Amino acid sequence: MAAPLTPSMGNPLSNPPSNPLGERFKESPSQTAGPYVHIGCTPNFLGIEGVYPEDLGTRMITGNPDGERITIKGRVIDGAGNALKDALIEVWQADAAGKFAGRGGAEGFAGWGRSPGDMTTGEFTFETVKPGRVPAPDGRPQAPHVTFWIVARGINLGLHTRMYFADEEAANAEDPILTRIEHQSRVPTLLAKKEGGAYRFDIHLQGENETIFFDI
Amino acid sequence: MTNGFTARDRAWHPPALTPLYKTSVARSPRFAPIGAATSLSEETGPVFGHDMLGAKDNDLITNFAAPGEMAIGPRILVQGRVRDEFGRPVPHCLLEVWQANAGGRYRHKKEGYLAPLDPNFGGCGRCITDENGFYEFRTVKPGPYPWPNGPDDWRPAHIHVSVFGHGFAQRLITQMYFEGDPMIWQCPIVGTIPTREAIETLVARLDRAGSIPMDALCYRFDITLRGRRQTMFENRMEGM
Ligand SMILES: [Fe+2]
Repeated sequence: MAAPLTPSMGNPLSNPPSNPLGERFKESPSQTAGPYVHIGCTPNFLGIEGVYPEDLGTRMITGNPDGERITIKGRVIDGAGNALKDALIEVWQADAAGKFAGRGGAEGFAGWGRSPGDMTTGEFTFETVKPGRVPAPDGRPQAPHVTFWIVARGINLGLHTRMYFADEEAANAEDPILTRIEHQSRVPTLLAKKEGGAYRFDIHLQGENETIFFDI
Repeated sequence: MTNGFTARDRAWHPPALTPLYKTSVARSPRFAPIGAATSLSEETGPVFGHDMLGAKDNDLITNFAAPGEMAIGPRILVQGRVRDEFGRPVPHCLLEVWQANAGGRYRHKKEGYLAPLDPNFGGCGRCITDENGFYEFRTVKPGPYPWPNGPDDWRPAHIHVSVFGHGFAQRLITQMYFEGDPMIWQCPIVGTIPTREAIETLVARLDRAGSIPMDALCYRFDITLRGRRQTMFENRMEGM
């Protein structure tokens, strides 16, 4: 069977050198993923079988990497309080040592996951390892975090956010992004708490607890 | 101090709240997204190898069809290049596409349009760009379809495209439209994009030179992803 993920060395500087004064292009404008995103990204989940051996991003742990095994669960909730059932949630994170797949990350850890959410509840689940600390651009360590990207019908441009861990108080207190957020009262929207063996991270698109999203 | 990705031009992309596209009203954040420079968490991303692809992955005409059968509809090739904002090709980039069949019907249990399913059409495909950022897939031209928004809104014929670049910051989903389709300019989803200039970049051009005689017409669709700045003044050791 074809491996669902084959991280290899992804060196962004391996591209041909650019002409710094060359032509510029505009990024292709985003369009909503629409109600049928699962056809394209998780067809087996929908029962469209036989095209791909399995849906990409189903397994983040493919071997026996070091690190604490954790489960992340949550829902994406709209302004009326309903959980989305047509969203696609992707996560990307470092391994337990703070290294990314393709950049010296642990063998057997893809670092990337994708979930269509549960068919009836919309709840997403990721079985992964707790990430280590990754350096910020200036070299300071960031607090452990998982990067989230959320698309769905009604979302015109994919939403970037980050899940941090409520039980990493010391690291969170010195995280370069968390400490820079003007409205500190909103920071708890990024903190996952352990409940019944899983870290819970509900993403609120609107309302009192609207999650912080990043222009990053 | 970092070779980060260029900032996203949010005036070029659709805003989150676009009331004429009704579903956006309850699903659009009210607060502005918080700006931050990309770090390794966004500058890296999953890498997909050509070895994961099946032989028919980029052929929607046959990848779901019964042996010896083919999907019904106008046969087309879609070809293009993935590049970044600096014009550099983006090789090894996974594209996933999905679409309605030639009658405008999706293979999805929540789909309510009365047009029939095509038993030989699944509606998904994928490919990975080559060393030069080139990609292609073969499919049937999707039909337009009505959708619940206004009382009589129709989507123009379109193919949904999901693109992975080399960094999670580049992650993008968009839609490809077809040159000459008058429905493009009446669609509330297309209309979420603020400028005609930006919309035009999503309209694939008929490429007569690329067609296969007596077989398939060719449409050309180039995709641009966010670019990574390159300057001697911000080189740094990446977290190798
Ligand atoms: Fe569609």
